[in-house]
Amino acid sequence: MIFDDIRSQAIREWEALQNSQKPRILIGTGTCGLAAGAEAVLEAIKQELAQQSIDATITQVGCIGLCYTEPMVDIIMPNQPRVSYGDVTPEMAKQLIQDYIVNGNPRPDLALGTIGDGRIENIPAFFELPVLKPQVRIVLRNCGFIDPENINQYIANGGYSGFTRALTMKPEQIIAEIKKSGLRGRGGAGFSTGQKWDFCRASPGKEKYIICNADEGDPGAFMNRSVLEGDPHAVLEGMLIGAYAIGATQGYIYCRAEYPLALKRLRVAIKQMEQYDLLGDNILNSGFSFHLKIKEGAGAFVCGEETALMASIEGKRGMPRSRPPFPAVSGLWGKPTNINNVESWISAAFIMQKGADQFAKYGTETSKGTKTFALVGKVERTGLIEVPFGITISDIVYNVGGGILKGKAFKAVQTGGPSGGCLGSDFFDTPVDYDTLAKAGSIVGSGGMIVLDEDTCVVDLARYFLTFVQEESCGKCVPCRVGTRQMLGILEKITKGQANPSDIEQLQKLAETVRDGSLCALGGTAPNPVLTTLRYFRDEYEAHVQDKRCPARSCKELVSYYILPDKCEGCGICIRSCPTEAILGGKRMIHIIDQSKCTKCGSCSDVCPPRFSAVAKVSGEKIEVPKEPVPIPSKKKEAIQEK
Amino acid sequence: MTEILTPYTGERGAVIPVLQKVQQSFGYLREDAISKIAKFFRVSESEIFGVASFYAQFRFTRPAEHIVKVCLGTACHVRGGEQIMEAMRRELGIHSGNITEDYKFGVDRVACFGSCALAPVVVIDDKVYGRLTPTKIKGIVDKHR
Repeated sequence: MIFDDIRSQAIREWEALQNSQKPRILIGTGTCGLAAGAEAVLEAIKQELAQQSIDATITQVGCIGLCYTEPMVDIIMPNQPRVSYGDVTPEMAKQLIQDYIVNGNPRPDLALGTIGDGRIENIPAFFELPVLKPQVRIVLRNCGFIDPENINQYIANGGYSGFTRALTMKPEQIIAEIKKSGLRGRGGAGFSTGQKWDFCRASPGKEKYIICNADEGDPGAFMNRSVLEGDPHAVLEGMLIGAYAIGATQGYIYCRAEYPLALKRLRVAIKQMEQYDLLGDNILNSGFSFHLKIKEGAGAFVCGEETALMASIEGKRGMPRSRPPFPAVSGLWGKPTNINNVESWISAAFIMQKGADQFAKYGTETSKGTKTFALVGKVERTGLIEVPFGITISDIVYNVGGGILKGKAFKAVQTGGPSGGCLGSDFFDTPVDYDTLAKAGSIVGSGGMIVLDEDTCVVDLARYFLTFVQEESCGKCVPCRVGTRQMLGILEKITKGQANPSDIEQLQKLAETVRDGSLCALGGTAPNPVLTTLRYFRDEYEAHVQDKRCPARSCKELVSYYILPDKCEGCGICIRSCPTEAILGGKRMIHIIDQSKCTKCGSCSDVCPPRFSAVAKVSGEKIEVPKEPVPIPSKKKEAIQEK
Repeated sequence: MTEILTPYTGERGAVIPVLQKVQQSFGYLREDAISKIAKFFRVSESEIFGVASFYAQFRFTRPAEHIVKVCLGTACHVRGGEQIMEAMRRELGIHSGNITEDYKFGVDRVACFGSCALAPVVVIDDKVYGRLTPTKIKGIVDKHR
């Protein structure tokens, strides 16, 4: 089989699709799209097309990153730019088919933007939208544009040209190109990818392995899932290039089992590669042989650590071991092994396709290229973003993210998950890159970026992360196994208002011990959420300890709910919603919460009609309320009182 | 069992895929299954149990008919995942890690499905429910009753 023929065929197909005289509909059916209801929308589209006897092409694409407005549907009419619609319901999808495909009205009132050449009146250009303007798409370049289960669409968009180019080069030249691009590991540690490849290549031994780390365990991050679902071949091409450069003949993709769709897409992609002679023995008649296997993770966060991951592939408990020897010397089954993260592999494919300069022109001096982040938490526009290194935190939160949810005040961003830290508003203008974030005590990490607002308690967040790492500690090193447990105990005392001032000192000491006394990165970085919050939000710790008060009004044991007597209209809605029957009162009587029965679930506050807003949540203060339900004074009396 | 085991004959590092397949077929890892797996790999039962109990995915008791997974990843935590868990506890009357007496529902807490942009999230069987509030819990559970 000659790859050039495959490529020409793929391009012909792609062009025919672009110039198609049939209407085209694209729908995002990644996991996030499906969770938002894309399945029902797809069903409605199919039904409506059948009912109206419209001949249209439907393509299911991966996530384009605007998760906040999922489900997303795009319509391309012949010779018109693509129009994107967000928050599509089944009814809206039918309406769009009627209005746009049948009657030619693109409904600018519902459209998000247009993609591609040409414009439509009153619809902005998609990539000029505030959420997308600061973004640069390298890793996500194909997500949302191609059918991830169609290898030809990947090839037509430059796919595997990086690999065919690599085949014409010497391995040393490829590694030099990767080094030149300045690519650093996207899994969190930020080590130079080119150098890593070089070490493994230089290691003696005939049998070598490469591994793709897709065990995205950081809670709050989903970059790898999205891209594996939306563009699996890009990862696989990166691995092919790496294997050829390093001299590896066997590769593994270690992907977590919680990502069933990503796993399915990978299996489909690998089969297609085999059909096209891109995997197996003597690939494309080059003499280079490479085999690839998928290993499903079984649910252990520590397996994201490279030595633990290899132990898991070998069928053992996923426990890290000490380094050296580094995997490049003695890794999987004692052979030289190179592990890279999903995003690093994709970046390598891009660098080989477009050249190192096209990658290195983005970013800062020491952090080249772009980075994807899962922008989530208390921000208006949650989603998957890709930004050049060097962008400021405020740019991400306010321009890309659209600011804080419900207009609340910004408190901090948390990056790097359980290994990272919280940076407050002092870091607003801080450029996001490996070195600056590290200096501030946080890390870039794999790309989780959680925005916290005034209602998020950082002490409680630190407690949350400790709960997580304490459960996930493999138990090998005592400081990590026992230390994180003790730290969690102290944090629980603090969030319950039972701690004394010496506990904060003890917490700090323990954190430093765990950091210094653990073998792997899980233990070594586990104290980071505590250390950074102690450094930047010490006053919040002190409020919990000294005043028994939670400034964010979030820690259950330190808040109370009260029904404000001057606002309660005695409607009884909260009485009916209270799961513990803690609210006393009757019709037209001022309701009162029995504090001894209240479990602080917040239901009363959720259901109290906004026009009354009679439920107050306080911490460290007491609101005077009647001892028992009393009749509501008549409106007249109220008016007089107000005067 | 033999059907599951045979294709892995002689393969290195196949313990975890075998455990996954067995759990998929039987719902959980029974003692006798662990014995058979140990024999197949020629290692002790405790070694197999040691590997299986290390990973969160493996169960050693009969699972419920419907498995409810409440996500408590960071994004879900920040957006009220604990309240969702509490609402689920009230709806089904069981704490996380338990199953209802009739084996209909089991509730587990999970650390992230990667649908963080739609937090808070619950997965029942394989269906993902996003953008939840405590008041929506009854509705989604009813769909599986």
